[in-house]
Amino acid sequence: MARLTNDNVELAREIIGRYPRPKSALIPLLHLAQEQDGHLTDEAMAHIGELVGVSSAEVLGTASFYEMFKMETVGRYMVNICTNISCQLRGGEELLAHAEKTLGIRPGQTTSDGLFTLEDVECIAACTEAPCLQVNYRYEHRISNEGFDQLVNDLRAGRRSDIPSHGVLAEVRQHIPEDRRAGVVTPEDKAVPVWIAAAGEGDK
Amino acid sequence: MITDAPRIITSRFDNADSFTLAGYEATGGYQALRKALSMGPAAVADEVKTATLLGRGGAGFPAGVKWGLAPENVWPRYLVVNGDESEPGTYKDRLLMERDPHQLIEGVLLACYAIGCGQAFLYVRGEMAVAQERIAAALNDAYAAGYVGKNILGSDFSVDVVLTWGAGAYIVGEETALIESLEGNRGMPRLKPPYFPAAKGLYMQPTIVNNVETLSNLPWIVTNGGEAFAALGAETSRGTRMFAVSGHVKNPGVFEVEYGVTTFRDLIFAPQYAGGILGDRALKAFIPGGASAPWFFEEHLDLPLEKVTVDRAGSMLGSGAVVVMDETTDAVKACLRVVRFFARESCGKCTPCREGTTWLENILQRIQDGYGRPTDLDLLLDVSDNISPGIAWPPKQTTICPLGPSAVSPIASALQRFRPEFEARIAYAQEARHSIPVTITKASSHG
Ligand SMILES: Cc1cc2nc3c(=O)[nH]c(=O)nc-3n(C[C@H](O)[C@H](O)[C@H](O)COP(=O)(O)O)c2cc1C
Ligand code: SF4
Ligand code: FES
Repeated sequence: MARLTNDNVELAREIIGRYPRPKSALIPLLHLAQEQDGHLTDEAMAHIGELVGVSSAEVLGTASFYEMFKMETVGRYMVNICTNISCQLRGGEELLAHAEKTLGIRPGQTTSDGLFTLEDVECIAACTEAPCLQVNYRYEHRISNEGFDQLVNDLRAGRRSDIPSHGVLAEVRQHIPEDRRAGVVTPEDKAVPVWIAAAGEGDK
Repeated sequence: MITDAPRIITSRFDNADSFTLAGYEATGGYQALRKALSMGPAAVADEVKTATLLGRGGAGFPAGVKWGLAPENVWPRYLVVNGDESEPGTYKDRLLMERDPHQLIEGVLLACYAIGCGQAFLYVRGEMAVAQERIAAALNDAYAAGYVGKNILGSDFSVDVVLTWGAGAYIVGEETALIESLEGNRGMPRLKPPYFPAAKGLYMQPTIVNNVETLSNLPWIVTNGGEAFAALGAETSRGTRMFAVSGHVKNPGVFEVEYGVTTFRDLIFAPQYAGGILGDRALKAFIPGGASAPWFFEEHLDLPLEKVTVDRAGSMLGSGAVVVMDETTDAVKACLRVVRFFARESCGKCTPCREGTTWLENILQRIQDGYGRPTDLDLLLDVSDNISPGIAWPPKQTTICPLGPSAVSPIASALQRFRPEFEARIAYAQEARHSIPVTITKASSHG
């Protein structure tokens, strides 16, 4: 299990094809694997290594640097509560304490039903909307304790179809149509860009 | 001074369809691109130079000058868009990406056209799913409409704009770390030299890295001319700029104001902006430009939001993040939170940063927990001095990137101003320790 599915391999090839060097596609491909399995499996990382032409160790080396990549199973919903300075001033820590009570877990833990993982995170760029959080990287602004409990109830009851399960990021993907593609420019493509040359600025 | 300067980059924010191609085209969208194609690349670059558009990502380097740093006759060149917004207190690039993605894309195209970039990479912070979605949709529509890709609008200008995204790491906002990440590596800053990605960046080719807000200004500049932009603002700071005002204010929000002339007092107190301090309490301190900036106080309120003025006053406008703390704020707790951020986000490459920020956190944590020692404040300053000798402003660099030294300045500014508060906390802890027979149940891992 857990190598990329055929559909995902096709997507992976399309993504790799947009970069001058295949390894540049690594992070987007790791997200694709996490979208498929909810977390990163060794098999998927090895498969990605094959696709971009680097060793599994190199794939792991990159993956392990980034907080969003999870090497273990996590909850269906990743609840990230910001406690950084703007949020701290407006009740972020109190919200986190409330969330711990409601969910019965500490940051870094997952509820026994496998639904929720809680994290105490750094600034998520919603500072004027404090206290705030993300569920699977979708925002909830200015959320109260009651609002939090309501959110948890709604998620438990399947009433938040706008929030996909953990691993899914953007639900719209970039797709460059073949007939509109300008093409990848590699470091070996030393030619002066056409519009620069045409403007007589090639020597600038 | 509050002015009636036009909204340059947030002009569509109130429109329900601001992020759609139809909404963008109906409000002048992609007209700057048409105009640019008739002007030629050099003329576009000149307008940007005339505008004196300072970079909005933190360092405030003029975009026109940066573009000129790409070495002559070295091809290909790349454009990398920095959409990694993650400096604590900063909230504007996400808004620009979610609400007006086409304006950013048009800005990217104008930059590529002027600089001669063969390909552009738009790097969005990993945690911003909606921004990624909006940009993906906008790019798909813009390709279909002939604005991006091969022979744009029938001209000889061709460029692919590739949406790419991160996976959670503050340090990736630093431009050389961003480039490493874009090459598929761990996001660690590069050793300098080479000093500027403009000379050697992505795949060691000339690469211009610009912030989302910086590039979002380009359509307006090309449409209205660099001079119209430079007519707004004062001194080095021209045009308008977005500021996020958060913390203890009545009306936290993101406001686009005239750069260089609007003051901190306007921003924090004016009814059309943040509306004053919560509960009409007194101001204790404010952060003028993100967590890396030394704190400002009451006496700085009348400074204009002008780069050089604020630099000279001992801090920075950084990423346009104003965080307001009222008189009830616990300075120790706030400092600890800021330091914990740097300790967590240090990439670990340099010893002063990795070890130093960790020790600053440990010491502040024990003060906060009631185990502070009388020598701790000098120890904090001593560790700070080891990270950045002299604890000066701007901070002296001992490390590969500015993250480590940046952790020092805010703490030092708070400690200097509120030293009695820190001392009282420690004295109280000492007294409590000696008067009550304590059984320490919560083991302090930081003692
Ligand atoms: C630790 C660190 C973090 C940074 N984070 C960001 C960021 O999140 N977004 C950003 O645009 N610039 C960030 N910068 C600044 C970039 O290195 C770079 O100067 C900027 O993207 C250039 O764009 P500009 O000239 O248009 O401002 C950061 C710098 C440092 C040292
Ligand atoms: S200063 Fe800190 S974050 Fe910057 S390169 Fe060194 S260890 Fe990494
Ligand atoms: S500090 Fe919490 S979102 Fe920025």
